[in-house]
Amino acid sequence: MDNISITGAKILFEIPVFGGIPITETQVNSWIVMAILTLLCIFLTRNLSVKPTTKRQIVAEWIVEKVTGLVKANMSEKFSHYTPFIAAILGLSAMSSLLSLLGMYPPTADLNTVAGWAILVFVLITYYKIKTSGFLGYLKGYTQPIPVLTPFNILSEFSTPISMAFRHFGNVVSGVVISTMLYAALASFSVVLFGWLPGIFGQLAEWFPILQIGIPAVFSIYFDIFSSCMQAFIFSMLTMLYVSGAAESD
Amino acid sequence: MEIAKAIVLAGCAIGAGLALIAGIGPGIGEGYAVGKACEAIGRQPECKGSVTSTMILGCAIAETTGIYGFVTGLLLILLAPNLFLGRL
Repeated sequence: MDNISITGAKILFEIPVFGGIPITETQVNSWIVMAILTLLCIFLTRNLSVKPTTKRQIVAEWIVEKVTGLVKANMSEKFSHYTPFIAAILGLSAMSSLLSLLGMYPPTADLNTVAGWAILVFVLITYYKIKTSGFLGYLKGYTQPIPVLTPFNILSEFSTPISMAFRHFGNVVSGVVISTMLYAALASFSVVLFGWLPGIFGQLAEWFPILQIGIPAVFSIYFDIFSSCMQAFIFSMLTMLYVSGAAESD
Repeated sequence: MEIAKAIVLAGCAIGAGLALIAGIGPGIGEGYAVGKACEAIGRQPECKGSVTSTMILGCAIAETTGIYGFVTGLLLILLAPNLFLGRL
């Protein structure tokens, strides 16, 4: 059991300014995700024509249509300029979590990534609250309905980004932890199952745990594919609901 | 000193186990939500889409407390032993 370890993101190298800025696996993998998404966008939107002739354009139009429909259904009409932002959150989150399918460290399994997104959403919520009711009205909103409840109002205001960040982080990390433990369990189980075989076969079971083929894929369908897409959907859904709720509040 | 270390490690492990009791609540809550969603779809099959997406959102919010428990357990297992043993 010494060969498994559940760690955070490893530090790959340091930029030697300001006493060394550590660049972790999270950042490098986020750059990879950004590069993949940018290349995908360039690939999908090359040579567009008014009448879709290629499959590429049909896929691109389908994506745009779906996200526009989602934003229109959950936010009001005046928020239709939010479509690119929501699509960016959806794509970044889903692609980041799906990196774990390739055995890479998913950036969303680091609390810093999702906390950054949640703080961005929190800034947006506060911006729209101040914009709709003015700065004094925003401060006054904390003393509603009675001034005694002010501490609880402040607490609930700040618990929004915290719960958003921890929800996403916890879901992705639980998948990472469970698949790590599953791989370790399958390795020792295949040693137990085939280790007694004489000669080369027994050795082989230790070097090459045969049970690790195939079985983790079944669990990957839930913990990687389903959970990743679900969390991306939920994060963007909550963003839409909170931002449009902040803009509509009295 | 040894016994103090043992108590710290045991406390962390027991605490992590207890933290995962938080999984009961979301389990019951999500089951209830899904059951109600099934009833709603059975009554009005034409709003299957909106019922399903609302249910998924509600399940995700109900899941939050369970996730808090999981994160607490993870911190107790991975972080707390080093933190407390360093202070001894």
